[in-house]
Amino acid sequence: MTDTTKKPEELLKLDYTPPKKGWMETPVDFKKGTYCYSAPQKHQEYLGLPYPRQWQPFDADWKLPENWKQIILEGMNDRLKKYRSFRLYMDICVRCGACADKCHFFIGTGDPKNMPVLRAELLRSVYRKYFTLGGKLFGKVGGARELTEDVLKEWYYYFYQCTECRRCSVFCPYGIDTCEITMMARDLLSLVGCNVGWVIEPASNCFRTGNHLGVPPHAFKDTLDFAIDEVEDLTGVKVEASVNRKGAELLFITPSADYFASPHWYTFLGYLMLFHEIGLDYTWSAYASEGGNFGLFHSAEMMKRLNAKMYAEAKRLGVKWILGGECGHMWRVVHQYMNTINGPADFLEEPVSPITGTKFENAKATKMVHICEFTADLIKNNKLKLDPSRNDHWKMTFHDSCNPARAMGLFEEPRYIIKNVCNNFYEMPENTIKEYTFCCGSGAGLGSDENLEMRLRGGLPRANAVKYVKEKHGVNLLTCICAIDRAVLPTLLQYWVPGVEVSGLHELVGNALVMKGEKERTTDMRGTPRKQEAK
Amino acid sequence: MNAVYLVFGIIIPYAALFIFVVGLVYRIVRWASSPVPFRIPTTCGQQKSLPWIKSKKIENPYNNAGVIGRMALEVLVFRSLLRNTKTELRRGIQKLVYKDSKLLWLGAFVFHWSLLIILLRHLRLFVEPVPAFVISLQRLDGLFQIMLPTLYITDILIVLALGYLLLRRMAGAQLRYISLFSDYFAVLLLLGIALSGIFMRYIFRVDLVSVKELALGVLSFHPSIPAAGIGLAFYVHLFLVCTLFAYFPFSKLVHMAGVFLSPTRNLANNSRMRRHINPWNYPVKVHTYQEWEDEFREHMKDAGLPLEKE
Ligand code: HEM
Ligand code: SF4
Ligand code: SF4
Repeated sequence: MTDTTKKPEELLKLDYTPPKKGWMETPVDFKKGTYCYSAPQKHQEYLGLPYPRQWQPFDADWKLPENWKQIILEGMNDRLKKYRSFRLYMDICVRCGACADKCHFFIGTGDPKNMPVLRAELLRSVYRKYFTLGGKLFGKVGGARELTEDVLKEWYYYFYQCTECRRCSVFCPYGIDTCEITMMARDLLSLVGCNVGWVIEPASNCFRTGNHLGVPPHAFKDTLDFAIDEVEDLTGVKVEASVNRKGAELLFITPSADYFASPHWYTFLGYLMLFHEIGLDYTWSAYASEGGNFGLFHSAEMMKRLNAKMYAEAKRLGVKWILGGECGHMWRVVHQYMNTINGPADFLEEPVSPITGTKFENAKATKMVHICEFTADLIKNNKLKLDPSRNDHWKMTFHDSCNPARAMGLFEEPRYIIKNVCNNFYEMPENTIKEYTFCCGSGAGLGSDENLEMRLRGGLPRANAVKYVKEKHGVNLLTCICAIDRAVLPTLLQYWVPGVEVSGLHELVGNALVMKGEKERTTDMRGTPRKQEAK
Repeated sequence: MNAVYLVFGIIIPYAALFIFVVGLVYRIVRWASSPVPFRIPTTCGQQKSLPWIKSKKIENPYNNAGVIGRMALEVLVFRSLLRNTKTELRRGIQKLVYKDSKLLWLGAFVFHWSLLIILLRHLRLFVEPVPAFVISLQRLDGLFQIMLPTLYITDILIVLALGYLLLRRMAGAQLRYISLFSDYFAVLLLLGIALSGIFMRYIFRVDLVSVKELALGVLSFHPSIPAAGIGLAFYVHLFLVCTLFAYFPFSKLVHMAGVFLSPTRNLANNSRMRRHINPWNYPVKVHTYQEWEDEFREHMKDAGLPLEKE
């Protein structure tokens, strides 16, 4: 964090009363720290995106193509025909305001254009102008407005100030999902070459090397070897792990941050320990070395381009089915899109746990199982020896990540695991967990440094709920099942609730797992002494 | 004078009815002709996964029965509005609180159900003989026989509810900020209809036999203006209703039909169990394994990774 970052007290000077001046008259202001930089030209070119160029949001001239307006309007027309959600959600909002104060960005900024309903109106007003009779006839009185460069800039600002978390959709009486509208808007912006760096760069890396961080296969192999050594140091057990091995029973795919970032690393170790202990016949892939999919934050097409590797690799390696690691938006793609866009996966088998024999009926078509479903089933069938007291130095709470929560409903599996691997677990307040969970504030491609103030603001509601359990129960660890969470929540909590650390769930599983032939463990994976020893 | 009755009693109602039916059908066909490429339910409860984990069959449905249940709750009791909270920041203790806020739900619920009951009561004017359920409904609604003619509970409730919805829109700063002219217009129009109806019933009495004669005539396509004359108040009421009908398909009021089509609510969360088809799914440019291995082959060889082509 730089010293120019504002103090928490300053960020908390929030006013939820909108200004006098109407929103159509208020042009966007690109304030430092609250927006994302544009995408580097070379990555746009690598992905073959239209109108690649060097420009920045704070420039007066965005160097838009000559006929940009026509491109956007034609793009809109096309998407209105392709997505019922888009057309319907443009038409039926009654502006009841139920969604208004449900968005973490509104709560953290007080900016009325961060009310989901107004975020949608930014696009809807243009829809009215060009696609409805009322808008054409009555103009502004009918809620319609001209598409201008200022409007386009406003879109860029506010549609990259939505983390596609879908919280608004839970509260809307028609289920209007502002995430859908944001997706359309981003897709449209991309048609005229307006993309953010933190989406396009990972996407381009992923397209080339197989993962967002741009880790090439040999480096991937190196880290894996390094992790295997670290597990041995820690436990005295030499685990095995293979890369691109044909004929393995399962392919395991997790976000690349798990093997290249901290605190993800410990979750990575946790996976290695678990799979070794149960004797799983599985392989990693360096080609499909990314679970996450930043294409989702760009367009349906980019999502499909990146996701294609999963099935392609599973087919090439001849595995039976795919097991997926802890990640939020990855599971949005796997659960709600993958089989539709890149299926059918008829070359795979219906997933059955090789350890317990459990059939994962809920994944029988997509043939990909969530690690939490897998591990919960192991525990239920007594296949693991667990010593939860090894996590006694932690008092933990669990953060439901947006996508597994609101695009899947994965609530009880992780909680069941938590209750078996640790003794001190405290839930955050009801209005902030499960389907009501608050976003980390940095998802959907907004996690870049230049956008830090906005991320801290967006993360306020989450952090505030953590603060509550910290004060009430002395919570010192937030555990979660998402790689973006693990990347951004440490910064966020350090700022709002110092003293609370962040971990993945399988880190805690790894800590608690009693392995055959292991030596006595005096510390957890992070080198923190266990509670008994600490006394 | 006859020409005026002709316009307001027959021509405008036909025009309004025509616009309503054609407009609404057009709207629905428009929505329905855009496909649902992806299965995107918003899940509000535990998924169906392992057999020993209890799933929420309605908040997160995995089959059609669950979806029907979910939709019924949305349409009949406005389930999602029941979740509403109000966010407040207690600045002193730096705490965000989310207070239960069910007033909007109550206002919406009372308004819509009153409207439905009132519309059903109107059937006695359009159907001969009057169906039995309409008569019972009318009895039930008129349980408070404190006035003559019978005072209907829904008449009072709809005015109160609409008044609340209007006030709420004008008084709340956030809501005022997002409101468009059409948002006020819809409520005012409905309020106008309700009030003119009430006035007609209790103050400026009209001849109901003639009203029914007109209505049956219009509906059977043998329209005629009743000889007895109906009264001005009726024509005011009728005109406002016609305005509503004609306005309906072009306004947010189409949410009545749209709510049934919303893909975040009307789809089962079963996309890993059954493949959902996107009719416009098209091939895209991917980075194949071959291309990838070609780029990294030497490094992979050095690292001892298996290769397809040595
Ligand atoms: C299946 C039928 C319907 C359902 C499920 C439904 C549902 C809802 C819901 C949940 C709201 C939001 C709460 C509110 O703002 O009051 C709403 C608003 C509204 N509805 Fe409906 N509705 C239906 C039919 C109708 C009809 C037939 C009309 C009028 C002709 C109507 C007029 C309105 C109006 C004017 C509002 C906005 C109230 C405001 O300004 O606050 N609705 N509807
Ligand atoms: S809750 Fe739904 S209908 Fe109400 S304002 Fe928000 S998007 Fe519109
Ligand atoms: S999807 Fe999330 S971030 Fe986007 S408008 Fe809705 S609540 Fe806000």
